[in-house]
Amino acid sequence: MGFLDHFLKAPSWGVHPADHKRPAADAPLRIFPSPARVFMPLHQHVGGVARPIVLVGQKVRKGELIAEAQGNISAPIHAPLSGTIAAVGEVTAPHPSGLPFKAITIDSDGRNLWADVEPLADPFSVAPEEIARRSAQAGVVGLGGATFPSAVKFALGKRLKVETLIVNGGECEPYLSSDDRIMRDFADQVVDGARLVMHAIGAKDALVGIEDNKPEAIAAMRVAAAPYPEVKICPVPARYPMGSDKQLIQTLTGKEVPSDARAAEVGVLVHNVSTCAAVHKAIRLGQPLVERIVTLNGGAIAAPGNIYAPLGTMIGELLAFVGMKEAPSRLILGGPMMGTPLLHDRIPIVKGASGILAFNAAEAFVPEAGPCIRCGNCSKACPMGLLPLEMAARIRIGDLEGAAAFALSDCISCGCCAYVCPSHIPLVQYFSHAKGELTAAERSRLRTDATKRLAEAKAARIERENREKAEAAARRKAEREAAKAAAAQPGSAASAAVEKTEGASA
Amino acid sequence: MLMSVGSLAVMGLTLGSVLGVASRYLAVEADPIEAELQAMLPGSQCGQCGYVGCAQAAAALAKGEAAVTLCPPGGKATAEALAARLGVKVDLSKVSDKGPEIAEVTEEICIGCCRCMKVCPTDAIVGAAKQIHNVIREACTGCSSCVEVCPTEALGMMPIAVTLQHWTWPKPASAHH
Amino acid sequence: MKEFALMMIGAALVNNVILARFLGLCSFMGVTTRVDTAAGMGLATTFVITVSSMADWAVQTYLLNAYGLGFLRTVTFILVIASAVQFTEMTIKKVSPSLFQMLGIYLPLITTNCAVLGVALLLVEGRMGFLASTMFAFASSVGYSLVMIIFAGLRERLVLANVPRLFAGPPIAFIVAGMLAMAFMGFSGIATS
Repeated sequence: MGFLDHFLKAPSWGVHPADHKRPAADAPLRIFPSPARVFMPLHQHVGGVARPIVLVGQKVRKGELIAEAQGNISAPIHAPLSGTIAAVGEVTAPHPSGLPFKAITIDSDGRNLWADVEPLADPFSVAPEEIARRSAQAGVVGLGGATFPSAVKFALGKRLKVETLIVNGGECEPYLSSDDRIMRDFADQVVDGARLVMHAIGAKDALVGIEDNKPEAIAAMRVAAAPYPEVKICPVPARYPMGSDKQLIQTLTGKEVPSDARAAEVGVLVHNVSTCAAVHKAIRLGQPLVERIVTLNGGAIAAPGNIYAPLGTMIGELLAFVGMKEAPSRLILGGPMMGTPLLHDRIPIVKGASGILAFNAAEAFVPEAGPCIRCGNCSKACPMGLLPLEMAARIRIGDLEGAAAFALSDCISCGCCAYVCPSHIPLVQYFSHAKGELTAAERSRLRTDATKRLAEAKAARIERENREKAEAAARRKAEREAAKAAAAQPGSAASAAVEKTEGASA
Repeated sequence: MLMSVGSLAVMGLTLGSVLGVASRYLAVEADPIEAELQAMLPGSQCGQCGYVGCAQAAAALAKGEAAVTLCPPGGKATAEALAARLGVKVDLSKVSDKGPEIAEVTEEICIGCCRCMKVCPTDAIVGAAKQIHNVIREACTGCSSCVEVCPTEALGMMPIAVTLQHWTWPKPASAHH
Repeated sequence: MKEFALMMIGAALVNNVILARFLGLCSFMGVTTRVDTAAGMGLATTFVITVSSMADWAVQTYLLNAYGLGFLRTVTFILVIASAVQFTEMTIKKVSPSLFQMLGIYLPLITTNCAVLGVALLLVEGRMGFLASTMFAFASSVGYSLVMIIFAGLRERLVLANVPRLFAGPPIAFIVAGMLAMAFMGFSGIATS
């Protein structure tokens, strides 16, 4: 394979799974009718949890701020429909643990009234910081799945003088087509959003990387980008994980992002096509991020396709909307390679929800894992050039430090290794487990250090207090003796009293 | 006979004196490992290990009298670090089985006696006389010293709930074959 | 010169102390769980074997042979070896406390490591000169260290392997040691001593 790849100019990393994108990608976009009730989680982004600023019973309109950002890296949350705040409670998180997290429940009034918006008429005449500020206010986060607050990335790009914006239209995950759909139906929004982001970070040109299995999207984007020579549409070979930023940067620019460095440090910044469209809406229309395109796909779904739905809609309602052929054997949020397995469908969709997959029994079948036969397929497939078999062997016997020495921290959890493993070893779960345990160990080490500082501070305080007490006692004793001496010599009593008052006033 | 006894005695004497001189030059003043071990322990002197303080626990560890798993507030990470330093293998699956805990004040029965504040090794309890006390969650090490001195049993140990930020993927089931 | 080279290759590889003469198996199984520990043990043993062989040669030539005290050989050799080990132990404790901790009980046990006494007795049997016997002792101990490090490397990999429960631990280690010994038999083709 490696020999052929050299001639075909295809990357030597990664895998090429059957993409299963059609017919869902070709089905026209459907608009989800406004749900009766939405559950808007307060933590839909990387960083600090948003702080609710509404009261139960309060009336809100669509796009109104209901929770504000908290901390340097955070994003605000807006009402996805107009109605009444019903509760600030808990809902199951779209997370493999199935643990609950805080969410604001809104009952729809059925009118779907937008709040007052203030669009920016000529965004290219304002300062770049204004674009970042408005994007932050609109709660725009990376919609490719990482959900990193976009404005923070804009500021980083501006500071590091990024030359090139890379617009990620790779969408390499099988089954998903929400980015494909947004490029086909809203190509002008994506291109305009990309130009706004370029303005925000001061980039000279934009490269839109689109996998060559999406010819319709490439055609639509070429038409939309025709008036703007600085926005170049670049088809890239369809190969998983092309949509991972480090791989896309390498394919488009030939630059390799060093381990432990950010993309901005090699002069590029990556933003998803859906993020660009969200920036366009936030700036041109003044609309915050409250809706998104979600792919509903998988063997258990009767009419797979893409749906435009308000955030906070229950996954169960979306599944009912597209119809089910059978009860799904497995539910996944995101793609089949990197997505999150869900325990049930009473979970709301969030900003990073690019798709919901309902697999039938055949698709959900996971063969039993066998022993590693050291074939080395995993290290050939690894896009980061790691040695998954060595890391997994060490994690299996509990040697997490040993695995970390094989650059476990560079693993992007893309799942290529587990996909090619002939023994069906759940490699990604090994790595996720080890990363979690290492983070926990680091946290507890920091905690031990903090405890030590506190204990030392307490010991110092006790010592100081004892010393002060001893000094005070000594002073009192000296005063008593001075008074006694003064009493013994009546002649000097007056002067002693004067001294004492002076001492007190001093 | 005399020859063999004599030669052995001479050899023994010679080698013995050589070693005696060497031991003077190669003497190790204090066990440097003890100070290192003490630095790894939390230093809160909570006494949960059964020793008076962390220095005594470190001394026992250096002598090999105590297990590396002796420190409950230190948890798994400390046990691992100690085991690595001492070059011993340890079964960590039995460490902190019940999970980390922190102290919590039941506000209804706290009488504000200030006793818990005095024993807390990290000053994690705030309050004043006749005022309800409270535990600063970030500073509590879970040493449970305060629980023992509370006259009204208002203080209790609560397990720290697992949150989304702290949850980690379990080890795959196939790893245990 | 050629005889020296052949003798050293023979002592280190062909008639390897551990894998051909089966001496020093206690430390071979005991401290080969990690490469750095095994290397430390190899260094310490190399030092002890070389120094004590030199001393033993002197004792043999100028004391035992000269006064016809051959029957005291084992006792005197053990005396010399024990002193060398004591000296090594003190040095390691001073220089590297962590290596001292890792070697643990196996460090004083070099005294009873039959490889040390075995090499000294082989030298007596061989009736070699001082230089030759020192070279032989050094080459033997290098062979010892080499096998210790190779086996430790194998065992580091072995821990990661999915060994059936019946064979896990020492059994599989012994099987691997046997394979390693068979591999070393291949050296007998390059030199004979």
